[in-house]
Amino acid sequence: MNELKHVSSNPHIRSNMSTQKIMLLVIASLLPAAGFGIWNFGAGALVLILICVGTCVLTEFLYTKGMKKAVTISDLSAAVTGLLLALNLPSNLPWWMAVIGSVFAILIAKELFGGLGQNFMNPALAGRCFLMICFAAHMTDFVYDGVSSATPLMLIRQGNNVSLIDMIIGRIPGTIGETSVIALMLGAVLLIVTGVIDVRIPFTYIVTFLIFIGLFSRRGWDPGYLIAELCGGGLMLGAFFMATDYVTSPITSRGRYIYGIILGVLTGIFRIFSSSAEGVSFAIIISNLLVPLIELVTVPKCFGKGGE
Amino acid sequence: MNKNIKPLINGLITENPTFVLMLGMCPTLAVTTSAVNGLGMGLTTTAVLVLSNVFISVLRKLIPDSVRIPAFIVVIASFVTIVEMLLQAYIPSLYAALGIYIPLIVVNCIILGRAEAFASKNGVVASMFDGIGMGLGFTIALTLIGCVRELLGSGKLFEVRIFPEAYVPLTIFILAPGAFFVLAMFVAILNRIRMGKGRPLGKGGNCDALCEGCMNTACMERTRSLNGEKGDSGKDTPKQEAPAVQDNKEKADNTEKEEA
Repeated sequence: MNELKHVSSNPHIRSNMSTQKIMLLVIASLLPAAGFGIWNFGAGALVLILICVGTCVLTEFLYTKGMKKAVTISDLSAAVTGLLLALNLPSNLPWWMAVIGSVFAILIAKELFGGLGQNFMNPALAGRCFLMICFAAHMTDFVYDGVSSATPLMLIRQGNNVSLIDMIIGRIPGTIGETSVIALMLGAVLLIVTGVIDVRIPFTYIVTFLIFIGLFSRRGWDPGYLIAELCGGGLMLGAFFMATDYVTSPITSRGRYIYGIILGVLTGIFRIFSSSAEGVSFAIIISNLLVPLIELVTVPKCFGKGGE
Repeated sequence: MNKNIKPLINGLITENPTFVLMLGMCPTLAVTTSAVNGLGMGLTTTAVLVLSNVFISVLRKLIPDSVRIPAFIVVIASFVTIVEMLLQAYIPSLYAALGIYIPLIVVNCIILGRAEAFASKNGVVASMFDGIGMGLGFTIALTLIGCVRELLGSGKLFEVRIFPEAYVPLTIFILAPGAFFVLAMFVAILNRIRMGKGRPLGKGGNCDALCEGCMNTACMERTRSLNGEKGDSGKDTPKQEAPAVQDNKEKADNTEKEEA
């Protein structure tokens, strides 16, 4: 008579998707970009990727062990953070800087705020921005084919012409994962088809960015320039893989459009008016901070409560 | 003498203005780019705090309650001006490094807070020791933060090179974000140590039990004493009319916290 029934609270609709599966899909979709980066920049890139992933996973393992919490490395989110961080670093960065960035990303930006689901900004980008501020010279020193060279974004900022074909294929200097638009799009398509990411954020982001650039860059609507701005720097990587992070992007539908618009405008401002040629990472972490506010003003009305 | 040692320890450890009371955050975060700056700022504030505490304690019977805050500010501002001129004359390098934050000592909430909460209700000697304790607590905190930031951010300590030349400084630590990181880490570590001791703050007889003048809202003894119930160690201090309003508000805050 005293038999316990399994009664759980809603939601009652179950899905096969688990955090681990989503993270596996994200890793799979980042592999083309990572592979291209290794081919483009050599074995140094591979070493850096392994160091970042390893440090992130190890940091999370040690922290959760040390704090006597459930060890969460098997959900692979730390591995994704490490991979994304590595793809955002120049291939010739000293290894210990990558270690510092990874530890900061996992320990300070993620675990101290409560682990996966509680972090208020994208851990990988927090790590990158930490390194950017600490080691600005190393983080903007892009060695390509053995020589330090300017990224296409710096070149077009100075008014030079760049080869669009090279930019789309990715035969250009830059961070490990951001150069090849084709490889990134392959991964992005996989994420969109499997439903892991919502196209609203990257779509609004890119369109707003293009409009902003067209209006304020004083270059008019020159298609070559617009495409170069679109394919250069971390815009594609940021828009599809980092701005769409579940934890740090709004959950409301209208909120996602607002979030995308803020991202586009901020990126445009940083690229045109700031002293550096790139601003995707800072745009994304600042927008991450605005997400709670965006969600606050875009709470959908309950069914039956509309129409004032 | 023991009566005077207690406010001293109170300011240094139990109610450290920076790490426990979280007062005076503006200079704490802004000037601690190096250990010397932190030490200088702390000692400057200590000097002002001791002088203003003594002076206000002397005048506490003469100052009408209704204008006490403007009166405190005038006293504090006078001492800050004196200290500022002295610094400009004798330690110009520190004067240049601290800049706008010296005149801003006038509005430092530690000084006004101690004037309102302690000096205006206690005797001259006790107020002086309270000023010294709070001031030194602030100085130690600022110097510690300054040491960590300077060491990581430039590889030096009190302008002496500690790490080898090859050390690539973590520049972020001498920029604004570094101040927040270091302060947060210190507070976290101290909270951890206190939790480890297994007793809430102020309960071990470490405080002077003058709950009336205490600003530690986390202390249960104080809540009980201010609510009218007599605590274990809480002495009944004569209540004054004016601060009652503020106490009531704090009381409400405390009961809310307790319920939560």
